[in-house]
Amino acid sequence: MKKNRRRGASWRRLKHYPATLVGFFIVGFFLLMAFIGPLVAPYGYSDQNLSERLQPPSREHIIGTDQFGRDVFSRVLVGSRDIYLTAGSGALLAVLIGLAIGLIAGYFGGLVDEILMRLIDVLLAIPPLLLAMIVLFSLGSSRLNVVIVVGFLYIPMVSRVVRSVVLDLKTRQFVEAAKLRGETSLYIMFREILPSVLPPLAVEASMRFSYAIFLVASLGFLGLGVQPPSPDWGLMVGEARNFFSQAMWALFGPAGAVVILVVSVGFMSDGLRRMLLPGGVSE
Amino acid sequence: MIIYLLRRLGFILITLILASIIIFGSTQLLPGDVAQVMLGKFATEKALENVREELGLNKPAYVQYFGWLKNFVRGDWGNSMVSRQPVRPLILARLRNSAMIAVVALLFYVPLGILLGVIAALRKEKPLDQIISGFSMAFVGLPEFVTGLLLISAFAFRFAIFPANSSIAPGSTFIEAFPSLILPAIAVSLTGLGYIIRMTRASTIDVLSTGYVMAADLKGLPNAQVLSKHVLRNSLLPTITIVSMGIGYLIGGLIIAESVFGYPGLGRLVVYGIQRRDVILIQACSMVIVMIYSISNLIADMLYSALNPRIRYR
Amino acid sequence: MSIRTTKKVQGASPGLEVRDLTITYNTEDGPLDTVRNLSFKIAPGEIYGLVGESGSGKTTIARAVVNYLASNGTIKSGRILLDGVDLCTKTKKEMRSIWGSDITMVHQDPNKSVNPSMSIGNQIAEMVRVHSGISKAEARKKAVDMLSWVRMPDPSRVARRYPHQLSGGQLQRVLIAIALVTNPRLLIMDEPTTALDVTTEAVILDLIRDLLMEYQTAVLYITHNLGVVARLCHRVGVIYAGALMEQGPVSRVFKKMLHPYTLGLLGSVPRVELDKRDIVLNTIPGYIPQPDSLPAGCIFAPRCRGAEDACRASRPPLVDTKEGADHITACRRWQVVKNTPEKFANPQEKREMREPTTEDIVLDSVNVKKYFPISRVRLGDLIRGKRPVVKAVDDISLRIRQGFTMGIVGESGCGKTTFARCIAGLEKASAGKIIVGDENLPYVVSKRSADQLKKIQMVFQNPDASLNPQHTVGASVARPLTRLKNLSKKVLQERLEELFQSVNLPKEYMNRLPHEISGGEKQRVAIARALATDPKLLICDEPISSLDVSVQASLMNTLMELQNRRGTSCLFISHDLAAVKHLSSWIAVIYLGRLWEIGSASDILKPPHHPYTEALFSALPIPDPDAKQSRVRLREAVPSAVTIPPGCRFHPRCPRKVGEICENEEPPWQDYGHWHKICCHIPLEELVEIQNADEGDLQ
Repeated sequence: MKKNRRRGASWRRLKHYPATLVGFFIVGFFLLMAFIGPLVAPYGYSDQNLSERLQPPSREHIIGTDQFGRDVFSRVLVGSRDIYLTAGSGALLAVLIGLAIGLIAGYFGGLVDEILMRLIDVLLAIPPLLLAMIVLFSLGSSRLNVVIVVGFLYIPMVSRVVRSVVLDLKTRQFVEAAKLRGETSLYIMFREILPSVLPPLAVEASMRFSYAIFLVASLGFLGLGVQPPSPDWGLMVGEARNFFSQAMWALFGPAGAVVILVVSVGFMSDGLRRMLLPGGVSE
Repeated sequence: MIIYLLRRLGFILITLILASIIIFGSTQLLPGDVAQVMLGKFATEKALENVREELGLNKPAYVQYFGWLKNFVRGDWGNSMVSRQPVRPLILARLRNSAMIAVVALLFYVPLGILLGVIAALRKEKPLDQIISGFSMAFVGLPEFVTGLLLISAFAFRFAIFPANSSIAPGSTFIEAFPSLILPAIAVSLTGLGYIIRMTRASTIDVLSTGYVMAADLKGLPNAQVLSKHVLRNSLLPTITIVSMGIGYLIGGLIIAESVFGYPGLGRLVVYGIQRRDVILIQACSMVIVMIYSISNLIADMLYSALNPRIRYR
Repeated sequence: MSIRTTKKVQGASPGLEVRDLTITYNTEDGPLDTVRNLSFKIAPGEIYGLVGESGSGKTTIARAVVNYLASNGTIKSGRILLDGVDLCTKTKKEMRSIWGSDITMVHQDPNKSVNPSMSIGNQIAEMVRVHSGISKAEARKKAVDMLSWVRMPDPSRVARRYPHQLSGGQLQRVLIAIALVTNPRLLIMDEPTTALDVTTEAVILDLIRDLLMEYQTAVLYITHNLGVVARLCHRVGVIYAGALMEQGPVSRVFKKMLHPYTLGLLGSVPRVELDKRDIVLNTIPGYIPQPDSLPAGCIFAPRCRGAEDACRASRPPLVDTKEGADHITACRRWQVVKNTPEKFANPQEKREMREPTTEDIVLDSVNVKKYFPISRVRLGDLIRGKRPVVKAVDDISLRIRQGFTMGIVGESGCGKTTFARCIAGLEKASAGKIIVGDENLPYVVSKRSADQLKKIQMVFQNPDASLNPQHTVGASVARPLTRLKNLSKKVLQERLEELFQSVNLPKEYMNRLPHEISGGEKQRVAIARALATDPKLLICDEPISSLDVSVQASLMNTLMELQNRRGTSCLFISHDLAAVKHLSSWIAVIYLGRLWEIGSASDILKPPHHPYTEALFSALPIPDPDAKQSRVRLREAVPSAVTIPPGCRFHPRCPRKVGEICENEEPPWQDYGHWHKICCHIPLEELVEIQNADEGDLQ
């Protein structure tokens, strides 16, 4: 009786990689802020105070104020909710639909697979940011549309990853054994194949989340995403751009938050990969 | 191999056509009444009618599309709705400016990225690898607008080496434009650098663990020879694909960086077009960008097939 | 700084000498000594076989000798002397001048040991250049010479090719050429023929033996295959859990084993010469211990049927038995092993063979064909309007009676697996009828009724892929019961326990996940799952090939028991002729999609054989150094199933080809009585004569 000690998700493995643990922690912190941000923030996110415009960092305003006298620190905190909501929902949408497409294309193969993959290739032929900009132009700039665009944009990569896992699993003999029992396609896809798809999907989802934050922030910067007065970090940077020389803090506060979060999600994805996908990990 | 390349070419053509449908569809066919979208809420009915006439919005969709496509292929890219000037010369000039940044960026981050990625793989898990990997992770997470603004604050405000605003005169030569394009080029390069380092490192680690690298060592070949002929020859092949995928991100980065620096490139033109709702401009710019991206993918494909014996010799 | 110039250690002999070697690995759970106090010698010109199962440490030893251990492995203590020079003291940089010139290695899987981006010629040339400094042009010429030296047909053309264009056998020749061109002092071969077909293996073994006769190289030959050792090696060392159990000349060790483990190993190998009805294969109970939980006494004692208290108390030292040249053993009771080996083996119950009671035919497959369209169409063919196909199965008809096992033998790519999958419905047959119990089954599994599905079940090759890694094994076995048999909960539980018992698995295993049990146990679960629906026909597709020898034996015993007790008919597919012979009552031989010989297991053994069957037999390495085997060899090029040779499709490789008739006409079936049929142009009486003469004419 051999117990294979190596398998199974384990946090223990991460003790060699402290950066990944820090990543988890920071992501968790911002997630917490997403929920309690408005309660904890010293000021309201849209509280204007024109007499205190463009104030440098001080005791009252940890990161200073912006061009409308709003407290940058509070806006950054509350902005967590924005970014998690927008980028998170977008990534989630991409994952769910990408999972469905990848499962169907991978499992059924043939014409269905060909068509789906060609469509995906077409989407991939347009540089991502450009595609996002065009579709937002078409649909109009709103939070919902940004979520849709982000989701839509990342479906190809997610479905590719799922599809390749499914293709690999499809040829495994336990799937053939299921066919020999007359199991329906639905059963095989969900009960036999899906459980093994979830770990790599989780890792991919986490990476998509980091790309989504990146994209949402970039769109916000260009003013093409979520509209004011939303405390969207990218938007904050874009708005403060004109006051760059006078109030750098209003710019680097939210910019810094974006960078910290994206990098943390990146390290967290690495951690997830090490935890969930033992063996054959070349990072 | 010829058949393979012909198939790829045909495939790219189809992709371009489908992409053009998406572009045209999103800008002209989908958004309800385009004329309204363009002119805003307070437009007069007459003005709206004029726009509709001009864009041919009253014709059926496929007629509009094919008309546009036909013109585009013939070189007639239309006139900007805002400036009323033909967009083609404008786009080409801007394209040239963007290309200057792109080339500088690529020449910088591709060789450097590959070098650092290979070094990191060779020193896997050792301090040097940790440093390189850590930085590459950080770079991947830096959106171009952040890097751009940091660079401006450092090199334009703090130390006034480079201009804060990178607008250059039309028709400037490369040398004249260089001071203005160096900062945006760096901004765009860092993300690409991080990406290439990570991918090259992964690919090289995979190759290092193969049986044939061990076999090459055990043949008694000098380390340098094992590295060049056995490791790199195989790990750099996927790099071609990686770089070509990275160009999509490069283009996105250019759009942002040009906006941050006010550099008169194609990316900034697209943003301008979207902000001013200039449908014709958006369509033409997007098509050009997509074409360039597809061509670069095709070149990468051809290079890969030529270098991979499995494809070259059936 | 090579061997020739370094100072030598005192008292060292020429060749390889390993003294007291201990190798440690730093794992997640702490340091583990995977090899302990190992000592052996190989003289120049001697071929030493190192035999062990998986987990024995044999590959680790090879890596240690060349100083190429993984980053977490170190040599804790001991010396590795090559012609007196201690390799343990060398740095990696110093080893580079030793690698390739003094020590070379041939690895296990040729496909993974060659650089896919370099031409064959260049890979040989670079070896030559580095060690002799000749010019590029000269080196390229030498490479072509080397290729013809290893009997590669059309060497100059092959030199320009790339690895993906060559077969496994051809690549292995290239690697052997590279390994011998510098006349090394030590050659290490790590399972070089394991990944090859048996006929290719035979040719490569011949090549190795012939080439080595010209050299004074010490050869360390690592393998798990005792037959290969018997054929090729002068001396043999048996390794178990990182320590040497027995060592001595091959002629002695195989005849008079002096250690229960060796006894067990040799007893587990099914013998082609014996009839299954007599023998229950010797099995070794228990499992190989992990390096961190070794028993205090003799490490083999927990699995030894003859272990006494003294064996368990302290570890017995290696004893030089003086039985013959340097025959040593690690067993205290070796004299007992020598004189009364039965005490250590399986109790030899004669198996009660139940005779089948009916004449019912379970499977009647008629003219089954399966053609695959080729994905990559060549321009030339398109123009000519042809659509080439791979004729994987090209008209096979066979019948299986109730209660019998039909074995199908053939090499890789012959179509046997495709045929089995067509019967099971996993591949859609292109033509023919598949009749099970009077019903003509639909080609595809999805179109078959639940009743039809119950009748045919399958056990697959790879135990790791047979079970869903996320389901418990109990759930995996229970599923067919719920899906196809609709049993109530109570009955289900009973049935489940009964199934587990019948494959000798304790019912506590039911809640385990696949990665918590061993390969052999996984296969048992797979068998239990297949038997859940009480199938009339059980298809076994290479079920034991990927397991260790001793595990194979216990699984074969289980399969035989099940066959006997339940009367299930079985279609057993394998490339291992000995296993097929052991398990089957009837054997069919397939080549390039067609049947060539079919008959009872005992009839197939004796002449007349179809020339292909004959070649298969003579290629099979028998673990008996005194066994006389004729040397009938096939030429290596297996034609693709796209361009099938005209006439008798075997003629390009047939060692008994008669003449033009073989090239032009398809051969007829000839009947030799007792349902023994051979498809050949040569009249059967003639075949009997020639083949008997050859077998007497010993090589």
